[in-house]
Amino acid sequence: MKSSVITFPGSNCDRDMDVALKKFGFNNQMVWHNDNELPKGDLVILPGGFSYGDYLRCGSVASKSKIMKSVIDFANSGGLVMGICNGFQILVETGLVPGVLLRNKYLEFICKNVFVKIDNKDNPYFKNLDKEVLELHIAHNEGNYFCTNDQLKEIEDNNQIAIYYSNEKGQTYEKDNPNGSTKNIAGIFNKRKNVLGMMPHPERMIDKYLSGEDGSLFFKNLIKNIK
Amino acid sequence: MEINEKIAIDHGLKKDEFKKICELLKRTPNITELGIFSAMWNEHCSYKSSRLHLKKLPTKGKRVIQGPGENAGVIDIDDGDAIVFKIESHNHPSFIEPYQGAATGVGGIMRDVFTMGARPIANLNSIHFGSPQNKKTKNLLRGVVHGIGGYGNCMGIPTVAGQTSFDSSYNGNILVNAMTLGLVKKDKIFYSKAAGLDKPVIYVGSKTGRDGIHGASMASASFDEKIEEKKPTVQVGDPFTEKLLLEACLELMSGDSVIAIQDMGAAGLTSSSIEMASKGNLGIEINLNKVPCRESKMTPYEIMLSESQERMLIVLENGKEDLAKKIFDKWNLDFAIIGKTTNTKNIELYFDNKQVAKIPINTLVENSPMYDRKWKKTKLPKKNKIKKETLTKLNIKDLLKKILSHPNISSKEWIWQQYDHTVMGDTIQKPGGDSGVVRVHGTNKAVATTVDSSAVYCWAHPLTGGKQVVCESWRNLISVGATPIAITNCLNFGSPENEDNMGEFVECVEGIREACEYLKFPVVSGNVSFYNQTKEVGIKPTPAIGGVGLIKDYNQMITMDFKEINNLVLIIGKTEGHLDQSLFARSILDEKNGPPPEINLFNEKNNGETLLQLIDNNLIKSAHDISLGGIATAISKMCIKSNKGFEFNKMNHLMSEIEYLFSEDQGRYIIEINPKNFKKVTEILEKNSVHFDELGKIIDNFMIVNQMTKVTIDELKSYNKNWLDNYMSS
Repeated sequence: MKSSVITFPGSNCDRDMDVALKKFGFNNQMVWHNDNELPKGDLVILPGGFSYGDYLRCGSVASKSKIMKSVIDFANSGGLVMGICNGFQILVETGLVPGVLLRNKYLEFICKNVFVKIDNKDNPYFKNLDKEVLELHIAHNEGNYFCTNDQLKEIEDNNQIAIYYSNEKGQTYEKDNPNGSTKNIAGIFNKRKNVLGMMPHPERMIDKYLSGEDGSLFFKNLIKNIK
Repeated sequence: MEINEKIAIDHGLKKDEFKKICELLKRTPNITELGIFSAMWNEHCSYKSSRLHLKKLPTKGKRVIQGPGENAGVIDIDDGDAIVFKIESHNHPSFIEPYQGAATGVGGIMRDVFTMGARPIANLNSIHFGSPQNKKTKNLLRGVVHGIGGYGNCMGIPTVAGQTSFDSSYNGNILVNAMTLGLVKKDKIFYSKAAGLDKPVIYVGSKTGRDGIHGASMASASFDEKIEEKKPTVQVGDPFTEKLLLEACLELMSGDSVIAIQDMGAAGLTSSSIEMASKGNLGIEINLNKVPCRESKMTPYEIMLSESQERMLIVLENGKEDLAKKIFDKWNLDFAIIGKTTNTKNIELYFDNKQVAKIPINTLVENSPMYDRKWKKTKLPKKNKIKKETLTKLNIKDLLKKILSHPNISSKEWIWQQYDHTVMGDTIQKPGGDSGVVRVHGTNKAVATTVDSSAVYCWAHPLTGGKQVVCESWRNLISVGATPIAITNCLNFGSPENEDNMGEFVECVEGIREACEYLKFPVVSGNVSFYNQTKEVGIKPTPAIGGVGLIKDYNQMITMDFKEINNLVLIIGKTEGHLDQSLFARSILDEKNGPPPEINLFNEKNNGETLLQLIDNNLIKSAHDISLGGIATAISKMCIKSNKGFEFNKMNHLMSEIEYLFSEDQGRYIIEINPKNFKKVTEILEKNSVHFDELGKIIDNFMIVNQMTKVTIDELKSYNKNWLDNYMSS
């Protein structure tokens, strides 16, 4: 299974993602933002970080960088594209997934473990995962997902919500919402469900010494689904 | 402009210092030269009041690769790996402009580390604020925390440990000390010593602007009511540029192009160019028209004294200019050849084809002033006699509540949750434990690190306090199973021109020396910050010690949360019931006099090494050192972390229960063991003549202190967690 992780100026979870992908059997390649062509592969990842220093708006400058044209083409042809944290912010700026990401409700950066309830398993990312709730890690300042009521209706009608912030049991109360996101939304698909944007970092949860191991479950399942 | 004594004094120089400059130059300096002297001769850059005393510190050891005098210290952690680390203060700017002051403090210390070729792998900070009731405190705290997070998070370096305290002596002068650890291969360390003639001198990074001019001079003076006017002397940080600079520098340093490299920190282009030339015993020539400037019409004076951030000066091998330029172009950073090394041993500056400064480098460095300041010794205060009746009247549950919610004990989660502490995927012990621990990427090794200070002890008796801080650092490393290797220190004091403050400095340094020497725990880097003073009032003496230790196999790392119900808990080290200067005495009894707890270096070393032996034999389930707030606080925190309870054995000591629970005797640890190993453990302790007490056992849900006192873990949590959250949201 071939994957590519794009490095933008200011990306800082690119190495962590590379380590995680390789650990679970991906043949991963790092791709520079200024390249024209994506290498052939099954999965493209836009990693976390502060691409272009978050200047203008998080993700907005990166969404216009050279490589993104071929990432967008790849996504439109049905290829798997996953944006984590700053990668999610880049995805919303490209319009590949709907909505925007605002500053966290309490105006503070948050770094902690959260639980997320998987809403939809009819997609290559979560299919066959034998857990309904995952413990993942967030670290962001702008993860407050927002969309208009019309957009929300469309997203819900199309089953585009991937994961919600929840408690351990998968209940999605307001108190389990760390950043003020609309409807506790933590991750979202495009209509075809080949593009996934999410705030939590599965790559930070890949062995028992780190914050947890649910990231391992996610990657193991992902590579099985792609095979 | 005619330069005279008054202009020199406005630059922070003393009358006789100006006289000495004129003598050394055999003429009056021009304004650019005067600016350079004032930048190099201020306290912050020249260490003129501290040098004499710092020389006494032990700086060598079998793992020390580089001691003080470079951008940072370097220690050997086996297998060709080395750790580069240093702590630095950014106190004055953080008080004036908390966000930028703290952010650029973090940026500066990371630059010191990657200048040496090391990739930063962990950040720490020690921050101290005025009383919570002081009207400035809340905003300063919020600004500093946002600034530290803003910079470190963007760089993608985890902030893994830290320390926060509140004390009214910081009302007018907060402390912000930032520390960074970096990882490097032993044979790829870069130094700031220039070598060779006619080598190109390269400027890379951000453009030079008018920010931060005279920052180092500002940090070498006390504050007064005109403090707000100093805002323009605070630098503005851009962590995005620094991230690019980090990647570009490491890319360049992976080859063989770099002879010497130095970041432009305090006193900017002035100190970086002079230090590189001075260490190489060379001269340096710079054409200031080549320096990339952000603003038009900058004068030579401004260019030399700007403290704009995210800049580096590099001496390259001849012929490598194009290769280097290509790398910096890739990362969209400025790159300019601004000068060359010479054999004149002068710094010579040119601007618009005219020479604008020519100073022999030795006059700026070796001939800089050094003072043997007058200082006063602090006598060991007499012990207080606390009446038994005072203590027996107190309710233990009530005390637990007060102590656990005390600003200096309460959970600092509100702070460290705003720092990315998990990026890089190797943080295996997060903030809130005894030490932060990060793995050495791709190996079985891990590095433990902690930053500590005990201003109250240092204030009561600087000699004991100095020793205590070093010992606390040592204990925090041992508690996670790490072998302590070396320290970096950040010495925060009032004015050295005041005999009392100078005495505090001298005696704290002496205490640090004694402890470091005895424990074989050398000082490899550090920084002195004097003039933490507003008008006549200085801060409590606050040496902050940053310790680093090695865990050879991280599977053996120890954490402080209790592991299993029915496991036994022992205390290593003797409890004498010393209450003077304890948090209990100061905050509950309002008793501020008396000596700090005594330090017995033999016991300290013996207890620590014996605990490491127990850990090596896999006999320890959890461990935690006993410090501020005594046994009661230490046990409460272990309960809170694990969601498990604890039952104390019936106490049969001569001292009162309160003395036993809240005293702050030194050299003690709490350890959890499996009951079946009791004999093995106690045999090792006895063989090493280590005093121990059987404290109790782990149970469910409650902390049971005695028949009268039973507290749920949820209660303990709420005591400990709520104070800071409520304070910040009120």
